[in-house]
Amino acid sequence: MIAINNYLILSAILFAIGTIGVLTRRNAIVIFMCVEMMLNAVNLTFIAFSRYLGNIDGQIFVFFVMTVAAAEAAVGLALMIAFYKNRESIDVEDINLLKL
Amino acid sequence: MFEYVWLIPLFPLIGVVINGLFGKKIKNEKIIGGIASGAVFGSFVVACGILVQLLSLPGEERHFEKTVFTWIQSGNFKADIGFLIDPLSAMMLMVVTGVGFLIHLYSIGYMHGEEGFYRYFTYLNLFTFSMLLLVAGNNLLLMFVGWEGVGLCSYLLIGYYFHKKSAGDAGKKAFVMNRVGDFGFLLGLFTLFWYLGGTHNVWTVNFRELAANADLLVPGAVVTTVALCFFVGAMGKSAQIPLYTWLPDAMEGPTPVSALIHAATMVTAGVYMIARMNFIYIKSPTALLVIACVGAATALFAATIGLAQNDIKRVLAYSTVSQLGYMFLAMGVGAFGAGVFHLMTHAFFKACLFLGSGSVIHAMHHALHHEHSDADPQDMRNMGGLRKKMPITFWTFLLATIAIAGIPGFAGFFSKDEILWQAFANPHHGGMNIVLWAAGAVAAGLTAFYMFRLVFMTFFGKTRLSDKAFHHLHESPFVIVFPLMVLALLSVVGGWIGVPKVIGDALGGLPNFFEHYLEPVFAYSTAYMSHGGHGAAHHSLVLEWGLMGVSVLIACGGIALAYALYIVSPAIPERITAAIPVLHRAVYNKWYVDEIYDFMIVNPTKSFSNFLWKGFDVVVVDGVVNGVGAAVRGFSGILRHVQTGMVHNYAFSMVVGVVVIVGVYLFR
Repeated sequence: MIAINNYLILSAILFAIGTIGVLTRRNAIVIFMCVEMMLNAVNLTFIAFSRYLGNIDGQIFVFFVMTVAAAEAAVGLALMIAFYKNRESIDVEDINLLKL
Repeated sequence: MFEYVWLIPLFPLIGVVINGLFGKKIKNEKIIGGIASGAVFGSFVVACGILVQLLSLPGEERHFEKTVFTWIQSGNFKADIGFLIDPLSAMMLMVVTGVGFLIHLYSIGYMHGEEGFYRYFTYLNLFTFSMLLLVAGNNLLLMFVGWEGVGLCSYLLIGYYFHKKSAGDAGKKAFVMNRVGDFGFLLGLFTLFWYLGGTHNVWTVNFRELAANADLLVPGAVVTTVALCFFVGAMGKSAQIPLYTWLPDAMEGPTPVSALIHAATMVTAGVYMIARMNFIYIKSPTALLVIACVGAATALFAATIGLAQNDIKRVLAYSTVSQLGYMFLAMGVGAFGAGVFHLMTHAFFKACLFLGSGSVIHAMHHALHHEHSDADPQDMRNMGGLRKKMPITFWTFLLATIAIAGIPGFAGFFSKDEILWQAFANPHHGGMNIVLWAAGAVAAGLTAFYMFRLVFMTFFGKTRLSDKAFHHLHESPFVIVFPLMVLALLSVVGGWIGVPKVIGDALGGLPNFFEHYLEPVFAYSTAYMSHGGHGAAHHSLVLEWGLMGVSVLIACGGIALAYALYIVSPAIPERITAAIPVLHRAVYNKWYVDEIYDFMIVNPTKSFSNFLWKGFDVVVVDGVVNGVGAAVRGFSGILRHVQTGMVHNYAFSMVVGVVVIVGVYLFR
């Protein structure tokens, strides 16, 4: 059986990659995918602890996170399409209409 | 009948509602005028019934209070909507409704074809309602409601021709000057309430309760203050020096309004109020002296201005101020009955004079209109010889003029002579008496002179109108001359109900009915004076007859002088004015009182208000408001830089925030 530390380290690495992606990438879809990766990193942590502690709660939480992520993907992609129709771009640098 | 006293003010109020809400739709002048006059006539009938019932009771039972409902109740304080009937208020109700009805009737003819006919009658009814509240109310607060109401209606009616700037200004002037007086009235009311309540635990504003507790008012500074504060109120309403200048300007309103409000009823409110509160005034010799001096000064001062005016209504206006001065002179010498008597006779002959002048103006207006002349129809220099064309107006006017001049047998003689005698013989003012009497007597002579000057210039001599215009002059319609005839009759016979004792005795024991009638109202003051050891001063009959003779001689002298100057040799007045140009100009310009007020009060107030506007409002008030806005903008300008509009920056700050929060949790 693989020790819990390994799961946590993997989860942390995935989360860090996701965060850096969000902060550095300009393509909105890539940023979006990075956010998904962060969520899945968290999911992995939940599952690992659930298994380690023998408690089913963590796994239930994961279902919720996945549901929310699906909803978020639907809304996010719809926004992206609407934005693209207006600006012919999905570069976040172009999302600056509120700036004075 | 007493139970129905509430109907008296109710009828005119119904008239206000009907004409005010639907008058514009009704349009028919006969219906509008009929409703308004009918309402006042209804009140008159009820007032007559009340007077008859009152007279059927013995003297000491002649009072009745009808409480309709409780108006205000708060702790110790209570005020009702209630009406007080006693000889004084019954007499006032008769005068207000009787003279008021005649003037309503007259107005139907006079205001014929005016734009806003319904508006005029609504105001007139509203005025009658307020005045009836004022005289019939059973407490000071209800009186104050009426007091304010008549002030408002006065403003509305003076400014009736609101498209004329002078009329609007005159209305505002009357309103503002009355406000000064009203402030005094309120201060007096508060002081009296506080004094009786605070020191004797008598919390009341009801007239009968106040009178019943009059013994608690100890003569002294407080009572004098109360009396003087109320007198300031009376000064404003009754046009006494120094608050009289609004009344002559009030002649901008329609003439029947001048007759009703500025001669017969509203301006007498101050006299009525002092008569009603006589138990306070009798306790303050200082206040009495002030009132007597102000009254005598006003009588004399206004009479001098009346000498040189050429506008027919302005002469009458100054004459009104002067006659009101007489009434206050009577109040100030403790002769409350005589003052109220003069109030009544004055209501008759002055209403007749004003309505007569209105009839003249009406005719002049039409005649000049025919000729397309823009000459002033109110200027006596354009008149002359009108007696042949307007006989009824002339005769009624002449009778009323004789009455005001004080020729024996006519109404004004009895009341004026009673006042002069009381001014001379009263026990209050010692050495001042002779001065007060002299001022009154000289004013009587001036009155006789300027009133006959008016009659001679208007009705006698050759006309100064063109032939064509003179040809178009004609007597006014019946609805106008009928009130004139009734009022002229009253001016002739109205005085006989108050014949002074000496004359009554000489005529075989004719009683002074009026004085006897009012006795219960002034019983407290009479008793107070005789208890206080003051006693009525005893003077010989010879002296009284002598003084009467002197005042009659003065009046006849005034008339004779007017005859000599304006009929026999009309060239003399011009030579006199040419001989004393400075004096004449001063009198003609009303002693420059308006200019002095402008200089001393109006302009300083204006510049102070300007300072408050530009110095305080613009700099301080606006400064604070704009400053708050500017400060918010400034801070936002700094914070704005946080909002870069770059998604990465936001994301980064979120990450940093999360790291910081988690870090704090982990390492604290």
